Amino acid sequence: MATTTSPARATKARSTTIALKLVMAVTGIIFALFVLAHMYGNLKLLAGESAYNTYAEHLRTIGEPMLPHRGFLTLMEVVLLLALGAHVYAAFTLWGRARGARTQRYAVKKAVAQSFSSKWMRWGGVFLLLFIIWHLIEFTIVKVNVGGQSVAGDNPYQLVVDSFQVWWLTIIYVVAMLALYLHLAHGVFSATQTVGWTGNAAAYRRAQVTGHVMAAVVVVGFLIPPLAILFGLVK
Amino acid sequence: MDITLKVWRQTGPDDKGGLVTYDVPDISPDMSFLEMLDVLNERLNDEGKEPIAFDSDCREGICGMCGLMISGEAHGPERTTTCQLHMRSFADGDTITVEPWRADPFPVIKDLVVDRSAFDRIIQAGGFITVNTGAAPDAHATPVPKANAERAFVAAECIGCGACVAACPNASGMLFMGAKVTHLAELPQGQPERMSRVVSMVAQHDAEGFGGCTNIGECTAACPKEIPQDVISTLNRDLRSALRHQS
Amino acid sequence: MTELIHGLYTEGAPIHDTKAPNGPIQTKWPTRQFEARLVNPANRRKLRVVVIGTGLAGASAAATLGEAGYVVKSFCFQDSPRRAHSIAAQGGINATKNYMEDGDSVYRLFYDTVKGGDYRARENNVYRLAEVSANIIDQCVAQGVPFAREYGGLLDNRSFGGVQVSRTFYARGQTGQQLLIGAYQSLERQVASGGVEMFTRHEMLELVVVDGRARGVIVRDLVSGEIETHLADAVVLASGGYGNVFYLSTNAMGSNVTASWRAHRKGAYMANPCYTQIHPTCIPVSGDHQSKLTLMSESLRNDGRIWVPKRREDCDKDPRDIPEEDRDYYLERIYPAFGNLVPRDIASRQAKNVCDEGRGVGPVVGDFRRGVYLDFADAIARLGRESVEEQYGNLFDMYARITGEDPYAVPMRIYPAVHYVMGGLWVDYDLESTIPGLYVTGEANFSDHGANRLGASALMQGLADGYFVLPNTIRDYLAGGPYPAVEDDHPDVVAAREAVANRVQALLSIDGTRSVDSFHKELGTIMWEYCGMERSEEGLAKAIDLIRSLREEFWRNVRVLGSAETLNQSLEKAGRVADFLELGELMCIDALHRRESCGGHFRAESQTADGEALRHDDEYAYVAAWEYTPGERGDRASMGPPVLHKEDLVYEFIELKQRSYK
Repeated sequence: MATTTSPARATKARSTTIALKLVMAVTGIIFALFVLAHMYGNLKLLAGESAYNTYAEHLRTIGEPMLPHRGFLTLMEVVLLLALGAHVYAAFTLWGRARGARTQRYAVKKAVAQSFSSKWMRWGGVFLLLFIIWHLIEFTIVKVNVGGQSVAGDNPYQLVVDSFQVWWLTIIYVVAMLALYLHLAHGVFSATQTVGWTGNAAAYRRAQVTGHVMAAVVVVGFLIPPLAILFGLVK
Repeated sequence: MDITLKVWRQTGPDDKGGLVTYDVPDISPDMSFLEMLDVLNERLNDEGKEPIAFDSDCREGICGMCGLMISGEAHGPERTTTCQLHMRSFADGDTITVEPWRADPFPVIKDLVVDRSAFDRIIQAGGFITVNTGAAPDAHATPVPKANAERAFVAAECIGCGACVAACPNASGMLFMGAKVTHLAELPQGQPERMSRVVSMVAQHDAEGFGGCTNIGECTAACPKEIPQDVISTLNRDLRSALRHQS
Repeated sequence: MTELIHGLYTEGAPIHDTKAPNGPIQTKWPTRQFEARLVNPANRRKLRVVVIGTGLAGASAAATLGEAGYVVKSFCFQDSPRRAHSIAAQGGINATKNYMEDGDSVYRLFYDTVKGGDYRARENNVYRLAEVSANIIDQCVAQGVPFAREYGGLLDNRSFGGVQVSRTFYARGQTGQQLLIGAYQSLERQVASGGVEMFTRHEMLELVVVDGRARGVIVRDLVSGEIETHLADAVVLASGGYGNVFYLSTNAMGSNVTASWRAHRKGAYMANPCYTQIHPTCIPVSGDHQSKLTLMSESLRNDGRIWVPKRREDCDKDPRDIPEEDRDYYLERIYPAFGNLVPRDIASRQAKNVCDEGRGVGPVVGDFRRGVYLDFADAIARLGRESVEEQYGNLFDMYARITGEDPYAVPMRIYPAVHYVMGGLWVDYDLESTIPGLYVTGEANFSDHGANRLGASALMQGLADGYFVLPNTIRDYLAGGPYPAVEDDHPDVVAAREAVANRVQALLSIDGTRSVDSFHKELGTIMWEYCGMERSEEGLAKAIDLIRSLREEFWRNVRVLGSAETLNQSLEKAGRVADFLELGELMCIDALHRRESCGGHFRAESQTADGEALRHDDEYAYVAAWEYTPGERGDRASMGPPVLHKEDLVYEFIELKQRSYK
């Protein structure tokens, strides 16, 4: 046949762009649920040092004695790490495809409908990735107490309070939260669309609103403790 | 009114091409954009210069053959096809940049003309209902709920112009494909092949080299038939169902 | 004048359809289907069919023949088969389903179509069209065509084009689009399965005739410029109508007569070329730059009132400032019974008359104003703006987009435009032309609409021909094949190929001073003026002279730039306009020889005292099938006098009547 290539019927659905998008959506939803829980935990800070440290310790003992010590936490870390790997892999693969789909650019191109959040999805994602690495180094892996006078040791509350008394750390954190807002606002909606739950105009609009509401809840929740610390409301 | 055009000229697929500036004085605001190009082409012909190649056929906004990137917007500033865009949408003295659709699966043939046969191949992959002529039951044998019929119609309005791909930052063909998948998925007649259809079409879409969807919405904003984004959701859902049923 | 006519053409032997079986009209099609020979499925793989055009008639035929197992090649000049101009049909498609139980039947649709065609159609073909119409709806619904439905989920119907039953199926205002997409998808399914090989951006430029049979086509690849030969056992032309001979029409820019005309020059008779349908409710010309006209649905005449100022000096006033007593609602005045709902040709002709009197409105184009008001002020007052918006909103939007005026505030302006041609290549009951092996379907043939076509019948005919008629009749011819092998180097094939190459070179080498479009526009003006809504002996004779000298000038002075080896849109247009310049003359000769008024052909000399069309059934109840003869001079601009072959129209099942709308 002169004008056609043979259709790729045998190709499995698994290797399609939409399958990659589904990977991003599912892993993204895992993250969204995680940050929601994480945010809730952070708010415990407001309940005081002992409440917060008890909560932190509880995270290590969930599921005992069925699970070993720190069993649940490790499991969660593994899941999150795998999700992160898959999310980043799919993102870069799709990014590469998109670049390959238009190798010659327009001389003039206007964005008509693109929202601010969707525009910064990819670079915002890269920024968040860097932030997460720093965030893990700071609070989980090395537990650097940048401004700390004393090594906080096994006192998470102290570590957090000490850290956010350093203004530039708080600024990094606040900027990251803004990035998180943008990423979540589009991401939650986008995941809903990718999973296919927005098959009519009303559901579509609902998903868009949900994205912003969820992003706002998470980010505001995340910002309360550090700002409270910075402004001396929590010591 | 007088305008200045910067038009993409490219002699053939292998030519590098570039923008060429033309002054187009004394045009009527009642002209369509393509009629303005006709006027310019007549002048070029008189001057012994080869006219600008661009596609158009019905010039009433339904065949989908025309399509230009006009100052960075697919089909220009109005939400319609290029043939239905009129010069009154521009101001006297404007400079307008005219480019072809840009996407690697839509290679430029000449000037502003691109090859959109990738869309035909996506339809070939499964954008149909298998029914031989004469094999149809009576049209009233299968009632279709009005709501489904309406949504099928909205999706079926797609004219295959390619503006969605042209406007999409990822050069994705998902709106085009979503429209066809939704059209057929909403109808009882489309059910038997629903899963295989979506898998084959998406696979062909990817093989053609279109990008993936990031749910940004540039496609719908550029679509002259205002095909909504939710058809992509239906496409996604059907592919997800296919993933479950295929493996 | 008789002498003049005899100088223009000669008369040959009468022509007859030999394929329709005898017997009652209800039994003819079943009998023909039975009598038409079958082709063994294994042999179908050895039989090649070329189909030109991918509109409703072409795409449906190619898909169906592909399904049957023939080796099909399908060609279109557009970039995709889905672009064909069937897509622009708005209104709907008729079918005798009688779902409304309002007294419709095969016989009634047959009767309406013959009457609507002003008794110039062939009964047998029309009856069959009505018979298969119901199957089309079944087929399309099965393909997923989203017709309008009622809340119960069943199909909705409406009444269309002044008939008294509701038999029109529709998909909002985009019925043509939805039907074509259905056919296109079936076609692409065959492409995927290998049943059909698709050639887009390919234009047929010559028919290959070997030993008196159609054996293939010469096409030009519009992208590479390559001239290709595609040989076959049979050729199907589904290349649409030639309304673009008028330059301005509602046809697509690319619609052309070339495929039909090339076949005509090779021996296919052209029938009734002067029957042209002019649609009354189009958006008027806004200036010399106008490239095409846009139709608005006739349904607008249900509630809109048509008028012009009584006095010429009021014509450039704001219409809202013209008081009621100074307005001339001319259709309501002349035809009190039907008012604004008179048939298309009457509404069109009266609009022309008032504009010719100098009472037209809108911009001056050429030397007078070409437009009349279509006023919804009364309807808005009576029904409320909301109701008007609901019924006509999309049409109003379209009008506003094109004209930049708000039709809710200011009366719309409308003017007639060429919309459809009833004439086309002559075919018999099998849709076979006078060249054996050459079949013609859809608007490209002449067979079903007589001198005028009913609304919502063009889509019906295209699909009836392509899905149900042609595949059944062509097998009788193919059963006689495979025909003796013809190679690419057969002298007749080589000659055809060289003729195409030479013509392309000729067009490029003239290097004159005028553009192709300027010739096309001038031809259009001549045709519109003298062979448009009203034709006269004198005007047509003048037009023939004008066309001849224009054709001479074309071949001497056209300027086509660029090369033949790339995409060259001027070159494509040049070839089409060259053929229009020949067709235009034949249309005028046909119009001149038919000294009666019927349907879309109105002769000034043949009207009643009231100015109504007057048929002369005693003299002209025949199909005029014209045979091409080459010019004596032998240069490209010359044409010989065509030979007229008459096919008498015998009405066995319907009585001939003169129509009246008073």
